[in-house]
Amino acid sequence: MANQSNHIHDVIEICLLAGKIMLESGAETYRVEDTMMRIAASYGIHHSHSYVTPTGIIFSIDGIEPTKLIRISERTTDLQKVTIVNSISRKISSGALTLKEAYKELKQAEKANHAYPIWLQIAASSIASGCFLIMFHGRWDDFIPALISGGAGFLCLVYFHRLIQIKFFAEFLSSLLIGLLSLSFVKSGIGHELDKIIIGSVMPLVPGLLITNAVRDLMAGHLVSGLSKGAEAFLTAFAIGTGIAIMFSLF
Amino acid sequence: MTMIEQLVTSFIASGAFGILFNVPRQTLLKCGIVGMLGWIIYFLLDIEEVDQVLATSIAAFFVAVISHFFAKRYKTPIIIYSVAGIIPLVPGGLAYDAMRNFVENDYNIAIQLAAKAFMISGAIAFGLVFSEVINQMIRKMKFK
Repeated sequence: MANQSNHIHDVIEICLLAGKIMLESGAETYRVEDTMMRIAASYGIHHSHSYVTPTGIIFSIDGIEPTKLIRISERTTDLQKVTIVNSISRKISSGALTLKEAYKELKQAEKANHAYPIWLQIAASSIASGCFLIMFHGRWDDFIPALISGGAGFLCLVYFHRLIQIKFFAEFLSSLLIGLLSLSFVKSGIGHELDKIIIGSVMPLVPGLLITNAVRDLMAGHLVSGLSKGAEAFLTAFAIGTGIAIMFSLF
Repeated sequence: MTMIEQLVTSFIASGAFGILFNVPRQTLLKCGIVGMLGWIIYFLLDIEEVDQVLATSIAAFFVAVISHFFAKRYKTPIIIYSVAGIIPLVPGGLAYDAMRNFVENDYNIAIQLAAKAFMISGAIAFGLVFSEVINQMIRKMKFK
């Protein structure tokens, strides 16, 4: 009997760990719930309930064990972790991993840091800004200004997000910086079309992942998480808009 | 010429967004491909003067279909591909124009533009969900 209860306890632990990693890395709510229940089922627990919101996970198993709750405070975007946990859960479902091995692999996945180096991220966002300028029918001689202000905006976002814990303020400051930089490029004659440069450089800040996730969650019936992710996306968009708007009303 | 320009830039932009979202290294190229195909569909429809909202939802639908194919083929979560593919379709330019008109106290135009941006976001969502629904229908039919 004691053995049985230990087993259940370990399974709950693994489910919660997997769910936590996925949610912190920006997976969709339905995927987190689905993964947790699949893992539980493949270890012989078929009646589990998981309730996932962007800020916490509640997981419960019918019967003796008490319900567990995990609070999620920091959410980043790291789709590689989602992929890793996804493949671990596939292995568990096919019965290839024992409880101990699964726990070890998940712990490894949690600790691993395989984010692209920061200079590469900044380079990527500047190049993306330049490319968006062309996609929105901009001129090729505006490419360099968009490249610089897009990169500077993203650098500013990363830096201020480390400094201040309020994400929206960091986004606001970086879009303000983008606005000011683009304006000075145009005023000094290096850039030509102010609108196109700003739109291009603001694109790396746009909450595309959040919007997509919010809609998918809403459609899958996860109304609470869908709405709260939508609110987060709206606030981000609003912060970006305000930064640009202040630049316009100043000059 | 414009066509090649658009193909190359949308491919690079989607791939670069993959880096920002930390997608696994071996999927970066596929992210670029999904983004490129989605954008080219939208671009061609836009040249043919199809309505922007309709063009966006068709492009988003194809992005979701291609992402689904890749996700099945390489056993990875679909979100990796669909996010990179959706990014070029997001109405950033319209939202910006709306904001600018709001600041310049031109509320009539601003509201029009904002409504349009909202409609396009809805169109993206519709395209994604539509493909999901069709996929589920096909799967259920196979079981029967």
